Amino acid sequence: MLSLRATVPAMVLFAMAGNVLAQQGAGVLAPPGEVTVSDVPNDGGDQLLVCFEPSPDDERVNSYTVYRRMQGEGDDAWRPVRVLFPGQGTSFVDGRDPDYSVRPGQIYEYRVTALSESGEATGPVYVAEEAADGEWFNTNKVRILIGCAVFLGLIFFFFSKAQSGDKLYLRPIPGIEAIDEAIGRATEMGKPILYIPGLSTISDVATIASLTILGRVAKKVAEYQTPIMVPNRNPIVYTVAEESVKQAYLEAGRPDSYDPDSVFFLTQSQFAFVAGVNGIMAREKPATNFYLGMFWAESLILAETGSLSGAIQIAGTDAVTQLPFFITTCDYTLIGEELYAASAYLGREPKQLGAIKGQDYFKALVMLIIFGTLVLGILDVLANTDLVAWLDHLVTSPAAG
Amino acid sequence: MYEQIGIWLAAFFTLAIYSFLYKENPVYRFAEHVVVGISLGYFMVYTYNNVLEPRLVRPLFVEGQLGLIPIMLLGLLYITRFFRSVSWLSRYPIAVVFGMAMGLSFPRTMLSMVLRQAEATVIPIYRTGYAWHDVLGSVIIIVGTLTALIYFFFSKPHKGWFFGTGSKIGIWIIMIAFGATFGFTVMGRISLLIGRVQFLLTDWLHLIE
Repeated sequence: MLSLRATVPAMVLFAMAGNVLAQQGAGVLAPPGEVTVSDVPNDGGDQLLVCFEPSPDDERVNSYTVYRRMQGEGDDAWRPVRVLFPGQGTSFVDGRDPDYSVRPGQIYEYRVTALSESGEATGPVYVAEEAADGEWFNTNKVRILIGCAVFLGLIFFFFSKAQSGDKLYLRPIPGIEAIDEAIGRATEMGKPILYIPGLSTISDVATIASLTILGRVAKKVAEYQTPIMVPNRNPIVYTVAEESVKQAYLEAGRPDSYDPDSVFFLTQSQFAFVAGVNGIMAREKPATNFYLGMFWAESLILAETGSLSGAIQIAGTDAVTQLPFFITTCDYTLIGEELYAASAYLGREPKQLGAIKGQDYFKALVMLIIFGTLVLGILDVLANTDLVAWLDHLVTSPAAG
Repeated sequence: MYEQIGIWLAAFFTLAIYSFLYKENPVYRFAEHVVVGISLGYFMVYTYNNVLEPRLVRPLFVEGQLGLIPIMLLGLLYITRFFRSVSWLSRYPIAVVFGMAMGLSFPRTMLSMVLRQAEATVIPIYRTGYAWHDVLGSVIIIVGTLTALIYFFFSKPHKGWFFGTGSKIGIWIIMIAFGATFGFTVMGRISLLIGRVQFLLTDWLHLIE
């Protein structure tokens, strides 16, 4: 996107050039009216809402340019911060563009210039009544807070239940049960395991889930003395993956078996990474391929090459557009949330089991809302009521959560 | 002249990568290593020009923003990985990045993946003026979301009329959606292939105008 730093002066020049060329003796343009400035609520103190009264000759105006300077600065300090063309209204939020940032607590002065074919008219200078002020609490996000609080409450509740020794049931998932089988196959064949923790960054939930599973897989691999290869695309993910594998070898009691070259960084370029991994698959012929994490257009290329090399393949991602490719080319696929649940299934630790249970019961709440929509929707049809609108208001209203 | 060299190189590397369709061979291996090496070098320069220079080097050493020093020191701890005796220090920036990623993504995920999705499902089945396909669409959205959620419910076995039948309908709905996505994406990939073939036949071989 073009920044305002480049577009605003260009727009001003364009409007002025059009104005000069087209001055054809029309009447003098009346200047725009009063400028009012107010603080934008629920922000970090870096935005101001600027409104101005349009020129009485608004229908003749080609554009309005809003200038800003800090209070006490000289005439040469005026900077155009926004150009508004007809149809774009007479108000805007100042400070959204990082090139024209607003300082918290700073009083600004504004003036507006109207441009038309008959000339230019500049309104008076207005000192902003308010300075930008940040809020500690964003009232627009109350329902997110409530959602997070309920979610965390459920997780901690089930976590304490799991810790107190309660047996928590989780239904079997074939893809997760196949992980041990796949590691065993590689061990029997004496071939390596290829583990790709996705191509995304560490901030991706799928990457975090994948790295947790990597720790479990690496522990098994260390116990069975099977070689593992973990190519990485992201440098931060690479360092975490390396730590995770090293730790797994330590936990398995075989720190000396850890090969520092087993986890390696390949390249950050998406398709160069794919070319590299395909070459590794073709040359090393791994017995088992794991594709767990976030994948994009490379998913089919990777999985198809792995399939041709004769490896057993287990994939898992929350990328809806890539899941079909994994389903068609891999032996087992963990769909969406199954990937998040996999590490808890493998480890059976109270903390992770509690998290899965908490997620489940939060899902049950959402299912209840959807079931309620179905029932109320039928009631609306039969009794001519408007109960779904009431439920919608309850769910979407910030105050109601 | 240079344009012709570029076209010939592009054509060579296109064919070298496609030669993998036959089997792994030295030409593919050459192209693979070239593309990996070049991309790595390119991204090093890219990262300096687009991240380090504008966000650290210029603000700190030219504009004097001293507040960036602790962040720079934290980032430099990554390099301690190369020194065995202090390599444990590299865990600090990892922990900071991990914690920040989790903290930032939690409310964002709650809003976009849970609340917004739930809101989008609270829709009326019928309203005055609805055609039969609008009603069908509403029913599919509500029942489809409900049954897909049942499939992802791990605390109960997929047995009985609610969890058993519900999860079966759910997986059907999911697979139909995946089928549609598959077809849509394959169409996009075919157009990419057409683009490459067009390049070879037009720019390189001049067989088509």
